[in-house]
Amino acid sequence: MSLDITAVRAIATLARIELAEEELAPLAGELSKILDFVEQLSEVNTDGIAPMSSVADQGLPMRADLVTDGGIADLILANAPEAAEGFFTVPKVVE
Amino acid sequence: MTALTDLTLAEARDVLARGETSAVELTRAFLDRVVAQRALNAFITETAELALAEAARSDARRKLGEAGAMEGLPIGIKDLFCTEGVRTTAASRILDGFTPPYESTISARLKAAGAISLGKLNLDEFAMGSSNKTSAFGPVVNPWTRRSDRAARLVPGGSSGGSAAAVAARLVLGATGTDTGGSIRQPAAFCGITGIKPTYGRCSRWGVVAFASSLDQAGPMARTVRDCAIMLETMAGYDPKDSTSVNRPVPDFEAALTGDVRGLKVGIPRQYRPDGLSAEVAAVWDQGMEWLRAAGAEPVEIDLPHTKYALPTYYIVAPAEASSNLARYDGLRFGQRVPGKSLDEMYAKTRAAGFGPEVRRRIMIGTYVLSAGYYDAYYAKAQKIRRLIAEDFRQAFERVDVILTPTAPTPAFGLDESPDDPVTMWLNDIFTIPTSLAGLPGLSLPAGLSAEGLPLGLQLIGRPFDEETVFKVAGVMEQAAGFDARPEGV
Repeated sequence: MSLDITAVRAIATLARIELAEEELAPLAGELSKILDFVEQLSEVNTDGIAPMSSVADQGLPMRADLVTDGGIADLILANAPEAAEGFFTVPKVVE
Repeated sequence: MTALTDLTLAEARDVLARGETSAVELTRAFLDRVVAQRALNAFITETAELALAEAARSDARRKLGEAGAMEGLPIGIKDLFCTEGVRTTAASRILDGFTPPYESTISARLKAAGAISLGKLNLDEFAMGSSNKTSAFGPVVNPWTRRSDRAARLVPGGSSGGSAAAVAARLVLGATGTDTGGSIRQPAAFCGITGIKPTYGRCSRWGVVAFASSLDQAGPMARTVRDCAIMLETMAGYDPKDSTSVNRPVPDFEAALTGDVRGLKVGIPRQYRPDGLSAEVAAVWDQGMEWLRAAGAEPVEIDLPHTKYALPTYYIVAPAEASSNLARYDGLRFGQRVPGKSLDEMYAKTRAAGFGPEVRRRIMIGTYVLSAGYYDAYYAKAQKIRRLIAEDFRQAFERVDVILTPTAPTPAFGLDESPDDPVTMWLNDIFTIPTSLAGLPGLSLPAGLSAEGLPLGLQLIGRPFDEETVFKVAGVMEQAAGFDARPEGV
């Protein structure tokens, strides 16, 4: 499986990573090589095998739906690159 | 008297208990070494003042008879564990300026037991790498060197490279590591120390910067098997804040070191002799089995038929989970932000500037294999093969009690020799990744030296939640190996 520049550009858009034009071709090569490597999985017969999403032999635990913390807005905002009046701030979304 | 920094963690514990030294004196001795060995680049953040203040409190606790299980013992914390009030970087630029307002469960447990953190240890960016070369804070240098060229700098392995180098260079008594595909075991092997990735679910992941959540597991790295047993007992345990943490009692791991392996069956997988396996690694593996045979254990050849598919499976599952986990780095709530005209542009610019090439590559592969039209062909397929790999181990453990393999196919390689090709680099983890996919405990211990004088590690794999057998067998092998070599100049 090989990826072309258009495909790499589309993946970068999905991943929200800006790429310069000159980065596309080298990345297409690297990613294609990785996909070639994982291609060998197609030779394994997996009919009737259930996908394994967790090795933990347990269901997800349930707990009471109660508020256990809160009131720490200042702590949460302390690491924000930009914050104002108790909120995270972002670039203007609506003109 | 032995220099304080030459003591093992267990010895230091006993020396402190007998009142022959103080936590302050011990901490000072290690902090001096941290400064003297800065060229190794093992630490991203040193916290000497905090450590000395905590050591003084530790001595006070001991006077009051309130000493914890790791009271006064200087350790290092991999910089993937969030530490309250101390910056946490994951060795990435994207977390620039991030100081967690909370403490990870693992580091909190260690501190509650009295351990003294000397700082945050270097690693591959977001724990993605096998050489520590992907760190945004520069590579860690392995304290070990080749006999033929003492000047050539070698990699410590990765991703817990700073942890492994710090322990090997006697900068700390022990360190926390995390292991997603071999990130505790491979650097432990490269640096001639011991490290264990416990069973998935044994240690809480809460407060650990996430890479691949179905694989990530924290564990201890130290100079001896006993030291790892002591540390793991403190680190392990149920944590309701991690939904995959398993609620079962933590055994007395140190008590498992009985030295008696008579009658134990040790699996030797036929599939673990690939073409690229160094002859020295193969020889030390055979030697390891001989030690166990001499101690009364029985070698049993086993088959793990899906072994060759573990690496490609891992390199679908881990990047898929990483692409999802790392979506949180958006320049909005913490870390670095690069301004953009729109919200989307801000995300894309921030992530382009913040992630290094290996992390970017894995996010993009993960994004692709999870995208519409490819999910079944790649991600679902890999998850099915993961089950087959886990099933291989389950069947093997019906016949054997523990499995013995090499940890890595070669000894440490040069900082300038590491392959640029990601797939070749990934082959380092060929023996550790299957264990991770199956969620099993895996321990690496130093078993000998290469002709060039570099440490070679062997891996012991156990049944789920049977770290005790792994420790027991490791203890016997450690005694037989009598590994007392140390890096030149350390």
